[in-house]
Amino acid sequence: MIFKGKVFKFGDNIDTDAIIPARYLNDSSDENLKKHCMEDADPAFSSNISKGDFIVAGNNFGCGSSREHAPRAIKVSGVPVVIAKSFARIFYRNSFNIGLFILEANTDDINNGDMLEVNTDSGEIKNLTKNNVINAKPIPEFMSELVNAGGLMEYARKRVKEGGRR
Amino acid sequence: MERPLTITEKIILNHTDLGEVKPGDIVNARVDIALGNDITAPIAIKEFETVGINGVFDRQKIVLVPDHFVPNKDILSAKQAKMLREFAKTYDIKYYFECGEAGVEHALLPEKGIVLPGDLVIGADSHTCTYGALGTFATGVGSTDLAYAFAFGEVWLKVPELVKVVFTGKPKKWVSGKDLVLYLIGQIGVSGANYMALEFSGNTFKHLGMADRFTISNMAIEAGAKSGIFEPDEITEEYVKGRANRDYIFYRSDEGAKYAKVLNFNTETINPQVALPHLPENSVDISEASAKNIKIDQSVIGSCTNGRIEDLRIAAQILKGKKIAKYTRLIVIPATVEVYRTAEKEGLIDIFLDAGGVVSTPTCGPCLGGYMGILADGERAISSTNRNFKGRMGDVTSEVYLANPAVCAASAILGKIACPEEAM
Repeated sequence: MIFKGKVFKFGDNIDTDAIIPARYLNDSSDENLKKHCMEDADPAFSSNISKGDFIVAGNNFGCGSSREHAPRAIKVSGVPVVIAKSFARIFYRNSFNIGLFILEANTDDINNGDMLEVNTDSGEIKNLTKNNVINAKPIPEFMSELVNAGGLMEYARKRVKEGGRR
Repeated sequence: MERPLTITEKIILNHTDLGEVKPGDIVNARVDIALGNDITAPIAIKEFETVGINGVFDRQKIVLVPDHFVPNKDILSAKQAKMLREFAKTYDIKYYFECGEAGVEHALLPEKGIVLPGDLVIGADSHTCTYGALGTFATGVGSTDLAYAFAFGEVWLKVPELVKVVFTGKPKKWVSGKDLVLYLIGQIGVSGANYMALEFSGNTFKHLGMADRFTISNMAIEAGAKSGIFEPDEITEEYVKGRANRDYIFYRSDEGAKYAKVLNFNTETINPQVALPHLPENSVDISEASAKNIKIDQSVIGSCTNGRIEDLRIAAQILKGKKIAKYTRLIVIPATVEVYRTAEKEGLIDIFLDAGGVVSTPTCGPCLGGYMGILADGERAISSTNRNFKGRMGDVTSEVYLANPAVCAASAILGKIACPEEAM
């Protein structure tokens, strides 16, 4: 799939407390998660983000808690893809499980506000502002099947339809 | 000849139908225990209900522990806790704990013998890796993984590369598992073991108890690791034997098993550590932290990292007959009801109260900035918990310093970050 949007740039080690602070975890509704997404990293994020915009970050994005509220908050904010140099492992698996695209790439030359065109199949990231191209690491086959199938729950529903538990 | 395997590879292999597994393989593994709490299970329950399956995979292998915001901190939290209770009733879940029998999940499950050596455990909580201390493969996952496990009893896993961490020598006085793991994270960084699994070994662990192993495995995630396992031994056996009510297996790594990396540390040179804000990797020697004259507003002793009876005993040893500094709060949170009861019997609760501290019901509470000790703007806490991210315990301008319970107790007495000796 191809997505086009504006960059919201963050640094290294953006933890899940910054993505969705624990004080809001008493409510897992989409509205609540969207309202407070990225609040402790950028308090204005929820009012500035538009559908289709990207989160771009440095190393170890999503470190800390296993809270799936974090990738969910990003997804319901309309962000189709998160691009970072690396991701913490639980955040990584949670994103694929819920159908949020994750790309690992060198993000040093991507700045806040740049316009990108991102192809999640080829991993090609065109920076329309800087007029250059960055290639993301290929998504492992299993992960891309998972996300293209609509996530793990979609796969689970299919598994039940096709013959139950075993 | 068959390829020599690590304990981690053996446990994963024995939970699949495969003939072999190697790092990088993505496998579907059977789970022995699937755990959720009052924050993560509600999403899992909602997702599970969309699967269209008739019942859970096994009512005896699902564990629900309301511990993060329980006793309910507000109406919304109460609703989340209620979802767990209703789900437990509907499916007759064996391991569901009301607050009078519960506690912080990762202290509770080993204590009750619910997780055992050789198990493959997933939990929708990042500190699920704590059970590695028992020789268990245990890893944190998300709510969707948990929902899938509720339905099928399986999880997809990438077989991790292994890093062996060897601590050699006798620990100095006041050096505990917390200090070794903070030191390790300081050396390799918060993503130093990302996507990888840690295996801890070395003769240092003959000098330390199970509580120290739990603390070390618990914080494997703070280096990004998938798991942090110990080979079970007589110390493990001593801990497990009175608690287990089903069979368990002690796995060991084969001679010649392959590791991506081996890290060796001389324990004799390691001092008590303090992790400065805002990452667990910012660890420094206590003497350096003490010399900075860092005033604190609050000291927290508790959590899945350091809320066990051994932690409370060492804190009480320092606090006995002392008063905490004026304008300082000391909050002690026994991790489980059993820890609370033991502390009461041993007179530790009186020591904390006499010192001017307060003792809370078991809960994760302040560790994640939930409740029971939230920091105001600009306030500082020293804490025996596991994360010191920006805003972790309250206002985004507050600060958390991580340390062992002895340092937390000493710091409460002096109102500044201090070595245990300074308070004695």
